[in-house]
Amino acid sequence: MQEKDKKDWQPKILAILCNWCSYAGADLAGVSRIQYPPNIRVLRVPCSGRVDPMFIMKSLQNGFDGVLVSGCHPGDCHYLSGNYNARRKFAVLKPLLEYIGIETERVQFSWVSAGEGERFAEVVTKVTNDIRKVGPAKRLVKGVVSW
Amino acid sequence: MSKMLTTDHGADKSVVDLLRFLLDTEKVSGVLTLRKTNTSGSLDYGLLTRSQELDRAVPLMPVMPANAAQSLSLITPTQKPIAVVVKPCELRGFVERIKREQGSLDNVLTLSPTCGGVIPLDTYIKKSKDNLTKDYYKQVKAGEIPESIRPTCKACEYFVPMTADITVSVVGEQNLDSKCRFILNSDKAVSMTEGFGSVENGDLDAKILDDHLKKREKEKKALFESIKFKQDGLDGMIDVFGKCIGCHGCSRVCPICYCLLCDFESRNFDQNVSLFEKELEQKGALRLPPDTLFFHLGRMSHMSFSCVGCGQCTDVCPADIPVASVFKKIGENTAALFDYVPGKDVNEDIPVLVFKEEEFKELGE
Repeated sequence: MQEKDKKDWQPKILAILCNWCSYAGADLAGVSRIQYPPNIRVLRVPCSGRVDPMFIMKSLQNGFDGVLVSGCHPGDCHYLSGNYNARRKFAVLKPLLEYIGIETERVQFSWVSAGEGERFAEVVTKVTNDIRKVGPAKRLVKGVVSW
Repeated sequence: MSKMLTTDHGADKSVVDLLRFLLDTEKVSGVLTLRKTNTSGSLDYGLLTRSQELDRAVPLMPVMPANAAQSLSLITPTQKPIAVVVKPCELRGFVERIKREQGSLDNVLTLSPTCGGVIPLDTYIKKSKDNLTKDYYKQVKAGEIPESIRPTCKACEYFVPMTADITVSVVGEQNLDSKCRFILNSDKAVSMTEGFGSVENGDLDAKILDDHLKKREKEKKALFESIKFKQDGLDGMIDVFGKCIGCHGCSRVCPICYCLLCDFESRNFDQNVSLFEKELEQKGALRLPPDTLFFHLGRMSHMSFSCVGCGQCTDVCPADIPVASVFKKIGENTAALFDYVPGKDVNEDIPVLVFKEEEFKELGE
């Protein structure tokens, strides 16, 4: 990659948000006009428990530079326990991702509630900055996400 | 102290006798056991309902033509009681399937040997069977690990069945040809075998099994060392899985992979030229068929914590990839995250269906 491109490079991040907390949190950030980096594209899922580890692998393969999965805070799941189950699945996936050389910054998990618009903006800013630091994804990548 | 039943015949004959007894007294209406397919000497699993069919049965033969866990899913739940003779890892595989609602132990009487290991199908088909099994039993009787068995069998620590109703003592039994000991682990086992022989108190020989376990543990260490990737990470994996031809045979024969339509064979993994743009831009080359390694990564994240290490996948791999050894190693690591031992307890849920509130706090802030 050319020096010039590096500067212009914008990470493409998939934000998988649960319908009840994090998606509403993102919504609140929007209506409150809180600024956050425009590098995420949101995929709304009914619950973070819906997220199959393969969703994450497949997003990386399809050209996303990073994935943020966000659900309700532990204990606050709309379906009572979906986020706990999600956490277990990530626990299996995480060492595997690390092993195959996907930087830990690239795939992140967070809990954001419907009332935390500000926090949502902070999380997105942090994730975007983290991924900006590690640069464009190289591992597994096949495709280019149309943006 | 458990109940023990002893017979004056060799182990193979005793098990067949017991099966015949169960059928004749109508305590069960069918038995699932290994049997000779025909005179050619190949083996298969058969569900037998007439006792004369048992003439061809060889229940303890150290061969696994299919992982019986899959077959058990086909024939359970059953209204009529059946008895099944399966290897410990097949039983564990079935327990894992039951947790996924792929069968039931209701009306099933399970018999399982302390397992000396399984001879790879390829070896069994190609070599002289008499010498092969003779050597095998010589070593099993002495409590040694047979030369000829699967690498994952040599490294298997769970050769004593975990949930069997009846355990057939095989490993380290000096008098295997003239005597057979059945350990009756459940009330069901005691009542079903009533009238077959005299029952006394007794148990497996802990010392012999313990010594044998130590040998297996040593083999396991050596196996894990031998499959260590030359380098860490994706490149190391490509070394090992690069040979994969993408036949998906390993998941077809896997006792855990039960999905009728594997994600990797679904439209989710349809390929097209536009998808490969970035890869071509980066590397200038594209491997075809694509996604063969991705398939293994996917299986690891989906089922590795339930891997019972039966070795069936290595057996069928046409490219000689040590799939089972790698999955056994990775499976132990993922299962350890949850203090989980696959196939140990049918009432325990698979790790991704349950949780503790106070765990993995480091995941997600």
